Amino acid sequence: MSKFQQTLGKSGQTLSLFFVHIYRMSVLVIQALYCIFVAPFRGKKLRWGATFVQMVRIGVESVPIVAVIAFSVGLIIAMQAAYQLKRFGAMIYVADLVSVTMCRELGPLITAIIISGRSGSAIAAEIGTMKVSEEIDALKTMALNPVGFLVAPRMVAMMIVVPCLTVLADFVGIGGGFVLAMTNLKLSFVAYFNQTAEALYAKDFITGLIKSFFFAIIIAQVGAYQGFNVQGGAEGVGKSTTTAVVVSIFLVIMADLLFTMLFFSTL
Amino acid sequence: MDEPIIKIRNLHTSYGKRKILKGIDLDVYPYETLVILGRSGCGKSTLLRHIVGLNQPDEGEIIVKGVNIVTASEDEKNEVLKKIGMLFQSGALFNSMTVGENVALPLLEHTPQDENIIKIMTRMKLGMVGLSGFEDFMPSQLSGGMKKRAALARAISMDPDILFCDEPSAGLDPIVAVGIDQLILNLQSAMRMTTVVVTHEMASVFIIADRICLLHEGEIKFLGTKEEMKQSNDPYVVQFLERRADEEHLDPDKYLHELVGEP
Ligand SMILES: Nc1ncnc2c1ncn2[C@@H]1O[C@H](COP(=O)(O)OP(=O)(O)OP(=O)(O)O)[C@@H](O)[C@H]1O
Ligand SMILES: [Mg+2]
Repeated sequence: MSKFQQTLGKSGQTLSLFFVHIYRMSVLVIQALYCIFVAPFRGKKLRWGATFVQMVRIGVESVPIVAVIAFSVGLIIAMQAAYQLKRFGAMIYVADLVSVTMCRELGPLITAIIISGRSGSAIAAEIGTMKVSEEIDALKTMALNPVGFLVAPRMVAMMIVVPCLTVLADFVGIGGGFVLAMTNLKLSFVAYFNQTAEALYAKDFITGLIKSFFFAIIIAQVGAYQGFNVQGGAEGVGKSTTTAVVVSIFLVIMADLLFTMLFFSTL
Repeated sequence: MDEPIIKIRNLHTSYGKRKILKGIDLDVYPYETLVILGRSGCGKSTLLRHIVGLNQPDEGEIIVKGVNIVTASEDEKNEVLKKIGMLFQSGALFNSMTVGENVALPLLEHTPQDENIIKIMTRMKLGMVGLSGFEDFMPSQLSGGMKKRAALARAISMDPDILFCDEPSAGLDPIVAVGIDQLILNLQSAMRMTTVVVTHEMASVFIIADRICLLHEGEIKFLGTKEEMKQSNDPYVVQFLERRADEEHLDPDKYLHELVGEP
């Protein structure tokens, strides 16, 4: 075989593997959605205890980091906005820029990226370790469905907690803008507040939340998929964990692009 | 004799291109203890994994309690699995749960009992394997032998009809190992189970086995009672019983080729 043929064969393989991954992941998504939305009505109740534990782990424990980063990002946008707006003497529009960007875009996005790194990786590592130590097989021999048992609670927790964290990030980010406006820009509190309230429409806020809900599904699914996909031992777990983070951040941004295009042209 | 509770016909399995089992026919009858012997890596664990439906065979059928595990739907399979206990070679305890929660899990998920009754049942099962008082320990706090016993307690928590044990006494000191053999015998008579045990310990084989199945190179080399095994004059069976190492076939050319890596 010539070098060219080899390369061609390899890329063909990679491409078909890509579609295999897409297919398997869709199967996992459908199974998980079934376990969450259909199975409870057929006598297979969701494990709310485990879901609650996950909500604490994914949500409550992420509050400090999400808050600190959102605050800093709010400050950063405010400074960048002020730098541009100073030239037009339209400093008050910092309020518009910060609040709308946070709610529509950066609140959901930075939350999703933080949660990918913190919890998407954790899901992949937990499930991957269980796969390696035959715990997943043990579940199956006990007639328990690993997707219902492991993925569903994590996914429900994500779907609840990520939008909540996004709301937090939105407010704290706007707060960051406020702090800059009050201190460095010397704008009046009332004027800035009124400007923010006027600039923000409900739809800005809601489109952000819709995005974050889908980001939550992506993060949970990619983490779980990579976990089930672990090959070999501890090394495999490490590899899948890294892949989970990279792939979920990539997919989150792609989904963000898609949603933004959709909302941009319609809303 | 009764209708077999497990019926395996012409089972062929492989990992990738490597063939592991090459046409296994095996019947297991109710309430007997069948011991599966064979060298390390000959496919004993693989056989068990196929019987409980974890792996899909290339060919053949496996009928457990009248259900063909190979073609059954998920729900049919699960109905059968609820009455099967499996002790994995590695134990496979859930590391994020306490020993008690491990044992209680199948009961919590599959029975409508309330939690107090399940707690009592869990303590009973742990008592049966000699681990009373350990329900709040994490698996990582147990020794290897204790893990095996905890896993055994989990395997019998649903009072299974069939119990699979993959090397229950491997890597344990002789006293604990005999203890586990005795445990399997006791459980067998107390709970009226069919038991399939994989083991290397020839001493335990002759204590617990009703029948013995010897696997070799993916096929069944011998199947019969202990007495039949002792009287067998098949060279491989004799070698296994006498614990002789393989005779070295010194073929300098072949050895050289193996080393150099050419065919
Ligand atoms: N997941 C796997 N992927 C590829 N090959 C495997 C896998 N599991 C087992 N094998 C191969 O299958 C063969 C049989 O393995 P198996 O675990 O069934 O052996 P065993 O008889 O249980 O051995 P032991 O007594 O050491 O436990 C081995 O040669 C092993 O290399
Ligand atoms: Mg084995």
